[in-house]
Amino acid sequence: MAQEYILEMLNISKSFPGVKALDDVTLKVKPATVHSLMGENGAGKSTLMKCLFGIYSHDEGKILFDGKEINFENPAEALKNHVSMVHQELNQVLDRSVMENIWLGRYPMKGCFVDEQTMYSETKRIFDELDINVDPKIKAGALQVAQRQMVEIAKAVSCDARIIVMDEPTSSLTENEVEHLFVIIEKLKQKGVSVIYISHKMEEIFKISNEITVMRDGKWVITQDKADLNADLIIKMMVGRDLTERYPKRTIKIGDEILKVTNLGTAKPVFKGINFELHKGEILGIAGLVGAKRTEVLETIFGIREKGEGEIIYNGKKINNRNPKEALKNGFAMLTEERRKDGIFTDLSVSFNFIIANLNLYMQHGLLNEQKISQVVNESIRKMHVKTSSDKIKIGNLSGGNQQKVILGRWLLTNPNILLLDEPTRGIDVGAKYEIYQLMNQLVSEGKSIIIVSSEMSELLGVCDRILVMSNGHQSGIFDASSTTQYQIMEASAKYI
Amino acid sequence: MGVIKKSSNEKSQSLKQILTDKIIYIVLLVLIIAIVCIEPRFLSIANFKNILAQSSTRIIIALAAGMVLMVRGCDLSAGRMIGLAAVVSASMLQTASYAYRMYPKLPELPIIVPILVVVILCAVFGSISGICVAFLKVPPIIATLAMQLILYGASSIYFDREPYGAQPIGGITSRLTNICIRNIKLGPVQIPYLIIIAAVVVLVMWILWNKTKFGKYMYAIGGNPEAAQVSGVNVNQILVCVYSLAAIMYAIAAVLEVGRIGSASNTTGNGYEMDAIASCVVGGVSMSGGIGSVGGIVIGVLIFTVINYGLSFIGVNMYWQYIVKGLIIALAVIIDMRKFAKRQ
Repeated sequence: MAQEYILEMLNISKSFPGVKALDDVTLKVKPATVHSLMGENGAGKSTLMKCLFGIYSHDEGKILFDGKEINFENPAEALKNHVSMVHQELNQVLDRSVMENIWLGRYPMKGCFVDEQTMYSETKRIFDELDINVDPKIKAGALQVAQRQMVEIAKAVSCDARIIVMDEPTSSLTENEVEHLFVIIEKLKQKGVSVIYISHKMEEIFKISNEITVMRDGKWVITQDKADLNADLIIKMMVGRDLTERYPKRTIKIGDEILKVTNLGTAKPVFKGINFELHKGEILGIAGLVGAKRTEVLETIFGIREKGEGEIIYNGKKINNRNPKEALKNGFAMLTEERRKDGIFTDLSVSFNFIIANLNLYMQHGLLNEQKISQVVNESIRKMHVKTSSDKIKIGNLSGGNQQKVILGRWLLTNPNILLLDEPTRGIDVGAKYEIYQLMNQLVSEGKSIIIVSSEMSELLGVCDRILVMSNGHQSGIFDASSTTQYQIMEASAKYI
Repeated sequence: MGVIKKSSNEKSQSLKQILTDKIIYIVLLVLIIAIVCIEPRFLSIANFKNILAQSSTRIIIALAAGMVLMVRGCDLSAGRMIGLAAVVSASMLQTASYAYRMYPKLPELPIIVPILVVVILCAVFGSISGICVAFLKVPPIIATLAMQLILYGASSIYFDREPYGAQPIGGITSRLTNICIRNIKLGPVQIPYLIIIAAVVVLVMWILWNKTKFGKYMYAIGGNPEAAQVSGVNVNQILVCVYSLAAIMYAIAAVLEVGRIGSASNTTGNGYEMDAIASCVVGGVSMSGGIGSVGGIVIGVLIFTVINYGLSFIGVNMYWQYIVKGLIIALAVIIDMRKFAKRQ
C-alpha cells in the first residue's frame, strides 16, 4: 500500500553550542506534491534540510522515507536513496561537460571504459523529457546560472530522485527562467516526484505549492494547504508580529548635490553613457534585468572595476576612485552582491568582520586597542540588531540575514557619505529586510546618500526617490519613484535588448 | 565518523570534540612520557634548556614561514635564503687572525654591519618573491621554488671560489659566537642569550599579528582576499611586505645560526623550510590561510625539537626519527582537515 507521506521528519531537534537551532520540528511531505518551507533567515529551514542530508546529525526525532526509518550519513548516500538537493550555490565542475557533471561518480561503463555514447543519449533523453534545451556536450562553465540549475535538476532526475529539495532556486533567475523552472517542477510532479521548495518569494510560493509549512525561531509553526493561507497570514506567522507595511515610511529631506556622474563608461566595453546626480539624503535605485550591468556601474564608481571615459564629480571636485582604498577614503562604501565571495571572512569572528574596513578607528599609540574594539563592536551589534551569542564567534555560524547586517555595519563604521548597496536584501527574510530599509532611512535622514541596485522592482519603488533604469549596458531612463509604475520600468529595461 | 555522529549526548560530544582538537598534544604527551619511562634522566633542567636553545632559531624561521602561510602563500626559499645570508654574513665576520679569510684585507667590522647587509640583501630577494606572487600572480609554491634555485646558485657562486674553494667559512669572531652560545645570569639560573632573543622576536611577532593593522590585514587576506580588497586593504602591498619581512627574519636567523655553529657553507639551512612549514602545520596554521597563531607556532616548533632531542637522547636511530616526524605531520594535517571539513 502506498504511504500517505513520502517523507516524514518527526519531532526533530538539533542544538549547537549555545543555540537550539531546531526544536521539535515536524515536516510531512506527500508524494507528487510541492511542499513549500518558509521562515525568516535563521528560522531553521536550512538546518532541517542539512539534518535530512546527514550534513548535521539531529539530536532527537526520526526521519521516515517511504515509511522506513532512514539516517543518511552524507548527501551522496541520500542521492543513492533517491533524495536529492539543488543547492543555492551550485557545485559543478565547470571545466567538464554537462553530461559528465550529471553522471560524475557513476559513469555508465562499457567494460573498463566510460561509455560516452550511453552517457550522451541518456542525458539527452532526460533533457527532452524535462524540456531543457542544453547541449549535453557543452562545458558546464559556459552555461548561465539558470541553465546550470536545470542541469542539477536533471541530475536529480537521472538518479530517480523521489524528493528534490530546492533551496532558493529562483534567487538569480529572470522571470522567463522562473517560468521555465515552474514548467519543469510541474513535469516532476507528474512523474511522481515531490519537491520541497524553500523560498522567500510569496508570489512563487502561492503559484506552485500544494502545501506550506512555516517555521519560526527553530520551531514548527503551521502546515496548511495553500488554499487556507494568504500572504499576510504567512508573514505574520513568520515574523510572529504584524508588519503593517513592507516598507517603512520616511520624511524625505533632499539636500544639495553631492555626486554627479557624467557619461561614465568602463575601460573595457561593458557599459557606457551613464549620467546622474545624487543629492544628500537621497536614495537612488538602479533597476534592470540580469545582465544589464548594474553591479558593474557600482563597481566602477567604487574602483573595483577600471573606469574608462566619463567623470565622477564628488562635492564639486573631480575624483578618480582608482581602487577601493581610495574610494573608502573619499567617503564611499560598497556592500557587494555576493556575500560569501567578497563580503564575509567566514572563519573569522563577528568582531573582526565588523572592524576590518576601518582599523584606524581603534588605533592607540600605533596599536589596536581591544577595549575600544569590543566597545564599538558591541554597540554595532545592538544597533544593527545582529542576533549572535557573542562577538567572538565565527561569522560563518550566523544566518545569512545576520551576516548581511554585520557587513552593512562594517561599512557604516567607515562613516561613508555615499553608500552603494548591491542587492542588499537578496536571500534575506521579510523581518530582516524591513530592518535594513529602516536603517537606510535613518542614514539618509542623517544626510547620507544611497545608491541601491535591486532586482526586486517593488523594493525599488518602495524605498527609492528616483530610479535609474539600465538596459544591456545603457542607461534607458531615470524615473521619479513616486510617479512611475512597474510597467514603465519594465519597458525601459527592455529598451536596448 | 559514524561513532561521533550517532552520539546524541551533548557532553560526550563536546568531550570528543576536545579530544579531536587536542589529539596532537595528547600523542606528544604520550611520546614524552614514553621517553621519560625509558630514560628518566631526560627530565632535567639542562635538557629543558637545551631544547629551548635549539628551538630558538627555528622559532624565528617558523614564525616567518607562518606569516607567509597565513596569507595563503608557502615559502620554499626559506632554507636557501638562510644559506645565502649565512655565507655572506660569515665571510664578513671572520676574525682577523684566521688563516683562511675570504677577504684578508677586511678589517673586523662591528657585527651590526654584516647583519644589516644580509637583512637588506634578503629583503630585496624576499620582495622579489612577493612581487611575483602579488602583482604577477605566480603561484607562491612556484615563485619561491624558483627563488630557492636562484638563491642556491647565487650563494654557491659566492661561497665556492678561489683561493680556498668549497670549504666552510670558519673562524667566526667570538663577539658573535659568544652571543649565540653563552648564557646570561638571571638570579640563580643561567639562560642562553638565544632564548632571550627568540623570546623578544616572539613578543614582537605576537604584537604584530594581534595588535596592528598589518596583522589584521594578514588574517583578512588569508581568510578572503577578495573581501579584503573590497574592504580597502591594499592586498598586493601587504603581500610584498609579508614576503620581505619573512626574508628579513630568515636573515636574522641565519646570523644566529652562523654564531651557533661557528661556520657557514652553501649547505647551511638545508631543508629548514620543510621543518618550519611542518612546525606551523602541527601548531595549527591552516594550509589554506587565514588561521593560525604565534603561540601555536611556538608550540609546534617545541614539539618537533622535543621529538628530535628526546628520540636522540634515548638512542633512536636517525632514520626512524624521520618516520616518526613524518607521521606526526600527517596526523596534524588529518586533524586539521577534519576540524574544518565537517563543521558540526
